[in-house]
Amino acid sequence: MSKRIIGLAIGLATGLALAATPVAAETVKVGFITTLSGPAGIIGKPMKNAFELGLEHVGGRLGGLDTEIIYGDDQRKPDVAKQLTNKMIKRDRVQFISGIIWSNLLIAVHGPVTRSDTFLISSNAGPSAVAGKKCSENFFNVAFQNDMMPEGMGKYMTDKKIDNVYAMAPNYQAGKDMIKGFKRMFKGKIAGEVYTKLGQKDYQAEISALRAAKPSAVFIFLPGGMGINFIKQYTQAGLSSKIPLYSAYTVDAISLPALKDAAVGTFGVQHWSPDLGNSVNRRFVADYRKKYGKTPSFYAAQAYDTVMLLDKAIRTAGGVSDRAKLRAAMRAGDFPTTRGTFKFNNNHFPIQNIYLREAVKEADGSYVTKTRGVIISAHGDSYAKSCGMKW
Amino acid sequence: MDPLLLLEQSFNGLQFGVMLFLIAAGLTLVFGVMDLVNLAHGSLVMIGAYLATTLVAWTDSFLLGMILALPATFVVGALVEVVALRTLYRRDHLDQVLATFGLILFFNEVVRIVWGPISLYSGLPDYLSGHVEIIPGAPYPVFRLLIIAVGLAVAGIIYLIVAHTRLGMLIRAGASNNEMVGALGVNIKSLFTLVFALGAVFAGLAGMMLGPLTSVESGMGEPLLILAFVVIIIGGIGSIRGAFIAAIVIGMVDTVGRIFLPVLLRAVVSDAAADTAGPALASMLIYILMAAILVVRPRGLFPARTG
Repeated sequence: MSKRIIGLAIGLATGLALAATPVAAETVKVGFITTLSGPAGIIGKPMKNAFELGLEHVGGRLGGLDTEIIYGDDQRKPDVAKQLTNKMIKRDRVQFISGIIWSNLLIAVHGPVTRSDTFLISSNAGPSAVAGKKCSENFFNVAFQNDMMPEGMGKYMTDKKIDNVYAMAPNYQAGKDMIKGFKRMFKGKIAGEVYTKLGQKDYQAEISALRAAKPSAVFIFLPGGMGINFIKQYTQAGLSSKIPLYSAYTVDAISLPALKDAAVGTFGVQHWSPDLGNSVNRRFVADYRKKYGKTPSFYAAQAYDTVMLLDKAIRTAGGVSDRAKLRAAMRAGDFPTTRGTFKFNNNHFPIQNIYLREAVKEADGSYVTKTRGVIISAHGDSYAKSCGMKW
Repeated sequence: MDPLLLLEQSFNGLQFGVMLFLIAAGLTLVFGVMDLVNLAHGSLVMIGAYLATTLVAWTDSFLLGMILALPATFVVGALVEVVALRTLYRRDHLDQVLATFGLILFFNEVVRIVWGPISLYSGLPDYLSGHVEIIPGAPYPVFRLLIIAVGLAVAGIIYLIVAHTRLGMLIRAGASNNEMVGALGVNIKSLFTLVFALGAVFAGLAGMMLGPLTSVESGMGEPLLILAFVVIIIGGIGSIRGAFIAAIVIGMVDTVGRIFLPVLLRAVVSDAAADTAGPALASMLIYILMAAILVVRPRGLFPARTG
């Protein structure tokens, strides 16, 4: 009991001391929020790993300054994310808050963080709600805008003259956005458009209906466990060899180890791939595999790029005290990125290449995605034009 | 509407229905015979799935692993009854709900500690991963046919036990008046343990067969438990026959409704409205059905208890 009281006293004293210390311009403080507990921890853990690897590559000092990272686990809950950002801004006095996987969490923290003197940098979530009219000069997205990948897939399938496509996504906002993005660039006929329950596990009835519609291809957005279950059952139903499967955010380094042969030969779209040949990416992938024994996911690559963006911008701005300089330095978007080419749009979302990726089995028995060409080069999102920001 | 598709969907509905029956069978017996509301029944589905996945990997044989998992689940069920539930029979339903809810949290955390927080995905052996063309143009997965066969066979076995054995007679007697059964000198304690553990085995069997289709993860039984409660309420608490018929009806209504309701709605309202309302309405269908049945028959289709 007395130990606890002493602990509490020390904690309180430290808290007071922290609050009393004026923030020295020389110390960089960055909050990194991701999902570390629960089933979605399989996405968040690799992001934290890649973030740490990035820090290692810059010698633990962002922009050559003393650096302190405050990690937060949002448990995939918007209210927890809000509390974390609040604590990081008010108590830890961070200059940057980064990370954030989920669009609904990002929307929850976007207002409070961008209104404070803190930069918000999304390492994954890119909802349309903050890309258009509500864009902010204090918000940067170093990942993608949600609609970009399905747009890429829509264009690819149009170019390939694939007609009569059956589209499927979970019945929630991101699912609807994905199908909307797909239809924005897909000019062929839609054989069917089906919205399934979020988190559904058994898709047999949907698969029967799909086969009866006789489409020539299927496009799915079923992230995480949903996609694993769907593709497994699609294969069990004997359809994988008959109706080709195209996906977005579904077949990646996280789901492939569970899917194995079931996913081989399916096509996906992404703005990054472990086999991209630029030197930054080669080093990132090799060192990540060495350190963690796994192939990094695109989430991990984005977390790594977040570190690189911060490092470069702080170096260019010569510190973290001048926010206007920092903003200008980030806007330059000239950091060493795993994506090879990268530019910020006027709404602070990326302009980047969208690649076609095919899931393949390697000679050593592992499963990876291979780049099969650029679908759209220097693709900007379709909401940027309604963002009033000019620079 | 394509009649062949409707036929195929009724296979899907039947498969889902027998799965629900396996879970509901134990639930309705435990509720009917022991008067115990067991929220942790879904955890037994999960335990069965985890044990089977582990044993299959351990023995390197799908069949052997599955068969070994059955007695293992029986043991878990018996332990739960002896250790935790025995003290709850005389308490009111609220206490039972609280205690068994605690068991859910306990089991979910235990599997996280033992098997890790990440979902397990298991495959099928080659001889079960094929498909047969029972309906022209629609190859159907062999494993799903096997689930239907096993489910129906188990339903038959349960029927034989309940209708034609001494144990079944005691179960039926217990369901209608368990105090009288005790007063007649039957060892009600071991009868309860046996019934509970048998229910656990059926639930575990459902979990085992679900494993290769979907993922095995912490909390996987809870969504099914809600449906199983709907089944036993429609079927009449304590009635195996009622549980069977209700499970098949729920399986059919849910599957067929999920697919055809959005299509039907599209004919009436705009496509966008149908896409939004269709899935939402489809997931409400079974509850609407339950409400409708309870209006006509407040004690379910085949109430077991007369008093």
